[in-house]
Amino acid sequence: MTETLLDVRALNVDYVSAAGAVRACSEVTFQLRRGEILGVAGESGSGKSTLIMALVRLLRPPAVTTGGEVWLHPREGEPVELVRRSEKQLRALRWRSVAVVLQSAMDALNPVARLSAQFADVLKTHDRKITKQRVAERTAELLDMVGISPDRARSYPHEMSGGMRQRAMIALALACDPELVVMDEPTTAVDVVMQRQILGHILELRKRLGFSVVFVTHDLSLLMELADRIAIMYGGRIVEVGDSADLYGEPKHPYTKGLRDSFPPLRAPATTLHGIPGTPPDLRNLPPGCAFEPRCPRRFADCAERRPELLTVGRGQVACHLHDRERANV
Amino acid sequence: MSSRTRFLVRRVGFYAATLWSAITLNFLIPRLMPGDPASVIVRQLQKQSGQSVPPESVEAIRKLFGDPRANILQQYVDYLSSLAHGDFGLSVSRFPTPVSELLAAGLPWTLMLVGTTTVLAFLLGTALGIASGWRPGSKLDGFLSPLSTFLTAVPYFWVALIALWLFGLVLGWFPLGGGYDPDLYGRSGFFGSVLYYLAMPAATIVFSSFGGWLLGMRNMMITTVSEDYVLLGKAKGLSGARIMFRYAARNAMLPTVTGFALAIGGVLGGALLTEIVFAYPGIGYLLFDAVGKRDYPLMQGVFLMTTLTVLLANLVADSIYVLIDPRTREGGR
Amino acid sequence: MKGWKVRTGIAICAVFGVIAIVGPWLNDLMGLGPWKIDYQAIQQPPSAEHWLGTTAQGQDVLAQMIAGTRNSVLVGVLAAVLGVVLAVLMGVPAGFFGGRVDAVLSFFTNMFLVMPVLPLILVVAGYVQDTGPITIALIIGVFGWAPGARTLRAQTMSLRQRDFVMAMRMLGETRIRLIVVEVLPHLAGWLSAMFLHMVLGAVLAEAGLAFLGISSADSISWGTIINQAQQVALLNGLWWWFVPPGLCIALLGTATGLINFGIDEVMNPRLRTSDVKAVRKMKRVLEGTR
Repeated sequence: MTETLLDVRALNVDYVSAAGAVRACSEVTFQLRRGEILGVAGESGSGKSTLIMALVRLLRPPAVTTGGEVWLHPREGEPVELVRRSEKQLRALRWRSVAVVLQSAMDALNPVARLSAQFADVLKTHDRKITKQRVAERTAELLDMVGISPDRARSYPHEMSGGMRQRAMIALALACDPELVVMDEPTTAVDVVMQRQILGHILELRKRLGFSVVFVTHDLSLLMELADRIAIMYGGRIVEVGDSADLYGEPKHPYTKGLRDSFPPLRAPATTLHGIPGTPPDLRNLPPGCAFEPRCPRRFADCAERRPELLTVGRGQVACHLHDRERANV
Repeated sequence: MSSRTRFLVRRVGFYAATLWSAITLNFLIPRLMPGDPASVIVRQLQKQSGQSVPPESVEAIRKLFGDPRANILQQYVDYLSSLAHGDFGLSVSRFPTPVSELLAAGLPWTLMLVGTTTVLAFLLGTALGIASGWRPGSKLDGFLSPLSTFLTAVPYFWVALIALWLFGLVLGWFPLGGGYDPDLYGRSGFFGSVLYYLAMPAATIVFSSFGGWLLGMRNMMITTVSEDYVLLGKAKGLSGARIMFRYAARNAMLPTVTGFALAIGGVLGGALLTEIVFAYPGIGYLLFDAVGKRDYPLMQGVFLMTTLTVLLANLVADSIYVLIDPRTREGGR
Repeated sequence: MKGWKVRTGIAICAVFGVIAIVGPWLNDLMGLGPWKIDYQAIQQPPSAEHWLGTTAQGQDVLAQMIAGTRNSVLVGVLAAVLGVVLAVLMGVPAGFFGGRVDAVLSFFTNMFLVMPVLPLILVVAGYVQDTGPITIALIIGVFGWAPGARTLRAQTMSLRQRDFVMAMRMLGETRIRLIVVEVLPHLAGWLSAMFLHMVLGAVLAEAGLAFLGISSADSISWGTIINQAQQVALLNGLWWWFVPPGLCIALLGTATGLINFGIDEVMNPRLRTSDVKAVRKMKRVLEGTR
């Protein structure tokens, strides 16, 4: 069993229409270790949600993966390349190796089916011979993991509170003991208190069951509590990757620094908030150089002309000419 | 359960109110029209039967169609009481048969026609609509959607005419009219002959109407398929068929059932016209006859009966909806 | 709004529209007369002289079809206009103001939705003595607005929640002005789709009524042609008499339906089949690199 669970290489995702294509994700490359929580942060339009949907082959038209590779290294068997795999072959992996938690549980749960049925159908799909009793036991077990009493299993989604639904979705994701759980802003629609509870559940379950998580959010401070490593996306590219503590303490990319500074710590004295001036780039008209250049406080001549590559600097990676120069100077 | 019951009770209330409105409309229309319809009717009767009309009949007609001399509220009360006794008056064109008798004879035929065709068209259209909406823009959809659009634009009765001409006259496969073989009335082959005579009228209605169901279901499927829960179904690794039926179609069907309830009025209208082409002995044919002969009592009797039927059908559809949508448990829609 | 569907639809509608407008002149131009009786050619199939054959009375079917186009299209459009106006009046305030206004308007809307309209129309038409095309259009329009009103009410209700409406209210914009200037333009897509739908419905209704004998004695429409053809043509197999009118109704209806497909695609981008094809092509390219 290798240490790397997921190996993403130069992934490209486009939004295709009869009029042409817009690139939402460019050359995305990263690795995910077994049992690791990787946070992916960025503004709206940075490509983060598109990225993770591409990873699990759940892209909706008009989004299409147009290049690159995603290698999954399951516990048993050969490594699998996900991008080119046929839907039929993928189905065996779905939920068993890779599971998904979506943003709004109210939208993601089938409104006309009871919760128990939604657990039952996936359990039965991946184990034809499972007995009714075992299904009920497993459902109760899973619900208990997230603090939902088993008698709520007969409820319909609209009969549950928002936080309960969200927790139920997480329990559902764990039904077939996946190695990777991809979460797309699962706590955005929930209040702060519930958010904390859910994050606590995720951490605890990860410790118990050992799955990896790719967690997408726009809230960087949240990832500080949760993630082992964080990747920052901007304009469809990864611009920085590193251990959470490193990233937070010493952000290398000016955008990361701007993001970090936008969230004031709870207990610090009141200071003036610094946002990031300007607006996110128009993906249809990306500049030839660094996409962040127009808003960057530390830009210089080279930045508008040459796009910085993602290079290893210290313990992390960053795509910024500032660090290029430093390396060059060293 | 009480939420669902409350919902149904409210619907029954609404239908009762609508029925009452229809009855009142029926009451008002002859009285709002220029002239004095009641005396027109009496004159017609006299012409028809060649004798003078007995005073009780004149009274009955005045009760239903307006007495310029009497107080309108009093008339209304009398009218309602007549209806409550099942007295719709006497038919002018078939004097002295009571309208209620004619209605009772014709209604079962219409119900049979409408019942079978609605169910068949619904099943056919919905099934194809699910397939079409699951993959919009596919070859199947590219064929079915314009075809359905064309079919919904085709007038029922015109299709009926062509079918009658082609299959009845030219090919001689089906009878040219009627509801059953008169020779077989009350004998062993009767049921078979009923089905045989039902075949063409039913086929033409199904042919002209399944397109509407198809398009409705297709559009609902397209909207539903883009919902997050369908995506999750795919993420779970469920088979395509399972997602299509249990997740997408099951949800897309809900507005279709509501639409079904609303469409019943239209279906009845189409059936009426078809009955005329095939001389099918239902109340549609009766209505046609009545309009041609200006038989107001019969016309209005048919209208009331159709309204009642449609409202009852709506109630049935509402009850089915309550069963299939668990969200009606909470409050109202 | 590209795509073959919309273009075909508009083309067909345009043809019918033109014929509706210039019908009588077109007939004169071609030397045809719908009422003219050709004693030599009674019940004749299509020929060089009579392109669509003749009726049982020896009248030219093509001439009748051209003349009838005007009434059918006129009734269709008039009734649809009336229907849309009524739908807006009954549906938009109900969705916008809510409360008691909504309760009252919705009650009437639901009532007309549920009641079987054709028998009601027949009853009313049976009483009204003069049933010229305008009257028929009025009757159809007055009884056909209900489904549109329901849709508009729902759409208006969701629009009312939108931020821009609330913002305008806070700026002190009067509600009437808001509805006319802001809400109605947003409903444009729905209104056009509804209008086209109603045109079809009205043409069908008019044909149905004519078929049942409810039309004025000296006007021709596609429906009256079918009516007249009904008894005689069937028994004698005069298919050229009753096929064209029904076909034209179907064509006109299909045309409006096709245009509606185009409107649907504009309003709901997911339906854009041209995009669907582009995505599929891209996927196939990728699978080729396996």
